[in-house]
Amino acid sequence: MRLEAKPTPSLATSLAYPLGAVAVTLALVSLLVIAAGASPFSVFHLVLVGAAGTQFAALETLTRATPLIFTGLAVAVAFRAKLWNIGAEAQLYVGAVVTVVLGTGALPLPAPLLIPILIVAAMIGGGLMLLGPAFLKVRLGVDEVVTTLLLNFVVLLFVSMLLEGVLRDPMALGWPRSASLVAEARLPRVVTGLRLHYGFVLAVVAAVAVWFVMKKTTLGYEMRAVGHNAEAARFAGIPVNRVLLKTAMISGGLAALAGFSEVAGTARNLTLELSPGFGYTGIVVAMLAMLNPLGVVAAAIFVAGIFVGADAMSRTAGVPSYIANVMVATALLTMVTAIMLSRFRIRWN
Amino acid sequence: MPETVLKLSGITKRFGALVANDGIDLDLKKGEVVALLGENGAGKTTLMNILFGHYVADEGHIEAFGQPLPVGDPKAALQAGIGMVHQHFTLADNMSVFDNIVLGTQSPWSWRLDRRGATARIRKLSADFGLAVDPAAQVSLLAVGERQRVEILKALYRDARVLILDEPTAVLTPQETEALFATLKLLVAEGLSIIFISHKLNEVMAVSDRVLVLRGGRLAGERRTSDTTRQELASLMVGQEVRMPEPRPASPGAPLLEFDNVSTGQRPGGSPLREVSFALRAGAITGLAGVSGNGQGAIAAIIAGTERPVSGRIRVEGRQIGDWSPRAALSAGIARIPEDRHAVGSIADMSVAENVVSERYRQEPFSRAGVVNWGEARRFAERLIADYDVKCPSPETRIRLLSGGNMQKLILGRALDPDPIIILANQPTRGLDVGAVAYVHGKLLEARDRGAAILLISEDLDEVLALSDSIIVAYQGRVSVPSSRGERSVAELGELMAGHGIGEAA
Amino acid sequence: MEALEILFTASFWVAAIRIASPLIFATMGELICERAGVLNLGIEGIMTAGAFAGWFTVYSGGDLWTGVAVAALAGAMFGALHATLTVPLGLSQHVVGIGITLLATSLTYFVYRVALPEVTSPPRIEPFRPYAVPYLSDIPLIGPALFNQTPLTYLAFITVALVAWVLYRTPLGLAVRAAGENPAAVEAQGMSVTAIRMGAVMVGSALMAVGGAFLTMSAFSSFFFEMVNGRGWVCIALVVFGSWRPGKALLGAILFAAFDAYQIRLQQVAEGIPYQAFLMMPYVLSILALIVMSRRAAYPKALMVPYQKGER
Repeated sequence: MRLEAKPTPSLATSLAYPLGAVAVTLALVSLLVIAAGASPFSVFHLVLVGAAGTQFAALETLTRATPLIFTGLAVAVAFRAKLWNIGAEAQLYVGAVVTVVLGTGALPLPAPLLIPILIVAAMIGGGLMLLGPAFLKVRLGVDEVVTTLLLNFVVLLFVSMLLEGVLRDPMALGWPRSASLVAEARLPRVVTGLRLHYGFVLAVVAAVAVWFVMKKTTLGYEMRAVGHNAEAARFAGIPVNRVLLKTAMISGGLAALAGFSEVAGTARNLTLELSPGFGYTGIVVAMLAMLNPLGVVAAAIFVAGIFVGADAMSRTAGVPSYIANVMVATALLTMVTAIMLSRFRIRWN
Repeated sequence: MPETVLKLSGITKRFGALVANDGIDLDLKKGEVVALLGENGAGKTTLMNILFGHYVADEGHIEAFGQPLPVGDPKAALQAGIGMVHQHFTLADNMSVFDNIVLGTQSPWSWRLDRRGATARIRKLSADFGLAVDPAAQVSLLAVGERQRVEILKALYRDARVLILDEPTAVLTPQETEALFATLKLLVAEGLSIIFISHKLNEVMAVSDRVLVLRGGRLAGERRTSDTTRQELASLMVGQEVRMPEPRPASPGAPLLEFDNVSTGQRPGGSPLREVSFALRAGAITGLAGVSGNGQGAIAAIIAGTERPVSGRIRVEGRQIGDWSPRAALSAGIARIPEDRHAVGSIADMSVAENVVSERYRQEPFSRAGVVNWGEARRFAERLIADYDVKCPSPETRIRLLSGGNMQKLILGRALDPDPIIILANQPTRGLDVGAVAYVHGKLLEARDRGAAILLISEDLDEVLALSDSIIVAYQGRVSVPSSRGERSVAELGELMAGHGIGEAA
Repeated sequence: MEALEILFTASFWVAAIRIASPLIFATMGELICERAGVLNLGIEGIMTAGAFAGWFTVYSGGDLWTGVAVAALAGAMFGALHATLTVPLGLSQHVVGIGITLLATSLTYFVYRVALPEVTSPPRIEPFRPYAVPYLSDIPLIGPALFNQTPLTYLAFITVALVAWVLYRTPLGLAVRAAGENPAAVEAQGMSVTAIRMGAVMVGSALMAVGGAFLTMSAFSSFFFEMVNGRGWVCIALVVFGSWRPGKALLGAILFAAFDAYQIRLQQVAEGIPYQAFLMMPYVLSILALIVMSRRAAYPKALMVPYQKGER
């Protein structure tokens, strides 16, 4: 069996393959639904309705998509430079911790000053979190996949320690949680009464900004070149190590914004339940979007919809909501296969 | 009448639109040495890969020792007695000679690897054929000539009766080449038959009984070696007259790049430099001859800016360099044509436009204040495509889709466009067809005539001899005293390449 | 002082070897994959799947060894999926590995919830019981540790010996190592790199799953969510720490497990230090081990380089 490169495919063919991947995913998931004793059609229908059937549902989906846009961008930026950032979860929590440390009264400033400061501080924290593994990679050749993965566990334990110690809300009984954010630190709701907050707007702005940097700036060019072929990039004079470290700061910063956004927009405080794996799901979002920043917005909304819809469906149809995780993981694998098949032909001998 | 051991009939192979082999017939008789001659890209390696089973032919069939040979099955080829010494050695560097030879020869379901018997067999074959190796040695520590002996032993260990050698002398000194030819005579005396792929006419004339000439995928002619001449073979090989550019006499000017007692530390993939001194003069081509791995890599890396010397001085236009990096080298006016256009010279999945600005993207007009002007990049690419006669659909084409020759022309254009004063040309014509080779030579000579100082690093001694105004030879990190055009004979250069006379007063 | 005395109790070493056992299986599994040239990041998910598959087989009425076999089979199946995507199709081993972990984990949780919808606390099975080897288990200090363990632990040690033997003393092992060093060399000798790599990944994944099954069938006796808890990633570090050699990797696993057993006991002794600090230490140690070993990394040359036959 051999793989043969196809010439650049038309737009129609490049769309056909991802759609094929979605179709295969739905087919496989249907089998699981049947095994669970429910009807695929009704389950999918309930998921769709739960995701976007009402205004409430649609806004809930967008709210859920917000952290996924940030982590998706973080992963996309890193993966483009072949920096395997699997630690978005840790960077998210660092952003959350910074937000809580500075935003629960330590800085008596009005909102138009406080919120930008929180954003910048969170980004710096998240960037530094990824800078460590990135530094180890460029200086010592330590594989960043394992270091970022292990750091996820370390950071989570660290946050747990902080929540039971220094950051503990003295007024809280029961599960450890931090003090609540002051009013000036909270991201306002886009629509009063509903959960969608300006974090979503910030996320979309971030996506556009990342798109601009990747496509139109010298830094974006350097990042892409390093990701495609670091040796050739180095030969051409691109400072590979510096580019990787800059990439780490940006990627970590974006993931940290997910933490900021969830704390300042949704939860208004910090608990260990802040992220049900947004960092890992960001990887799926980034791959589904083929590492394209604008595609990340669409992919994040899509994935968020699946989770939101599955939650609603699960309450009605009784199929465990983990079906959403299965669906997302399957979509990742089929999507990656489809992209390859759209670019290469398989020749059997 | 000696028996026919191999018969290839009507072999055709296509890769997309490219017809690599077109209806080729070849037969090999017992005890014969048949040379497969052709320029780069003529289809020789493809044909042999089909014979050995790496590729499957679209049409045609093969008989080995009277039996049809199963297609696409290297194991079947090996069992039929066909052995191949590939152009790029297929050895696992981190494993021993023993491991490499024995790999795949014992049953995978066997519970024990037979070491004693296998080692004894290796030693016997080694002695019988004069191929000295140490089975326990790790391959990464072996010199190129030794590695080739291991490759030949691999085939002999598997009872090869037909041995295919793909460009075996590309990496050897002239003396090692003589030793290889002596080995081939021994093998033939033992009843083996040999197919010898080469693009070097004098070797083909020296060692073969018959020559098959391939051109553009087709069989251009077949001759008994004793009945033909170099000129006839050359014209069969090339088809029409390709005029190789003739260098005008040079008038070398001031030294533009000087190495003064330069040494480097240990480095992977070749000798470190030991107190190397030489100068590149304006308006002259300096050829660096020598077997790969003797310090050329280090010299190229330093000039390119990717490495720094540990001691010694580098001077550009008389001034000692300070901070050194690829960017600094480019600012100093050094152009680099790297050895490997695929791995280092280009970024395969980026477009032509993105590739041609890789060295200058930070300067006007390609960018300002950190924002890239892709329109200018595209225009630059279009200009290079036109000026350097590159066959390429558009500047947006991914560069991996271009042929080797076209890619090299773009790299040449990218390097020469800023009118560099110093040019590093590292194996600039490797793997190119004669037309592209002539083009590259022509451009290098033009640059020389405009006053550039050029370092030509090449494994092809003929190329070095043809183009260089001054020749230096590298051996184990040292460099010989230079000689001017015509001053040293091929034999003398061969001696230097083998290490005799370098390091002491040469 | 009390902290040092822990090292001289037999129960400490027993715990260390017990904690090491799943790591030994999974590390051997990953080592085989990587020696053949494939990084298998599906390890965390495959261990989860193995933990559940083995436990569930016993919960549904099967005997313990059938459970182990089913776990191995589940691992091999996920390994087959991973290998199909990364070897012949040449997809990114990083992405596919993470995808397999996500898929295996989520499938496991889904099947668990479908099979046991109404449980509040995880149901228990009858796990492997320790078997004391006569005479040997009476040796002071290390006797119980090495010779009074469950059969799965003994199997773990046998596995290390088997992997070492096959890798270094059989033609098959030679082929696997060559596939991870230079696939072209393997093809030139008439063997199929695809077949070797796929086989290695499937066998390696089966071992990983058995490592997971140890958790539910030997260490604890029930399956609960997040029980693998990063052990898979630790094993990847252990492979590097062991320089891709079974003996050294075994040593690394035991050292790591000893450290883990130590920090658990240290928590009782050291007052005032939050327990999370102790729990963090094994992960930090793994990162440090990686940093230390990276300076002398002698990794398989073709690791993570997909092999495309005859590519033009």
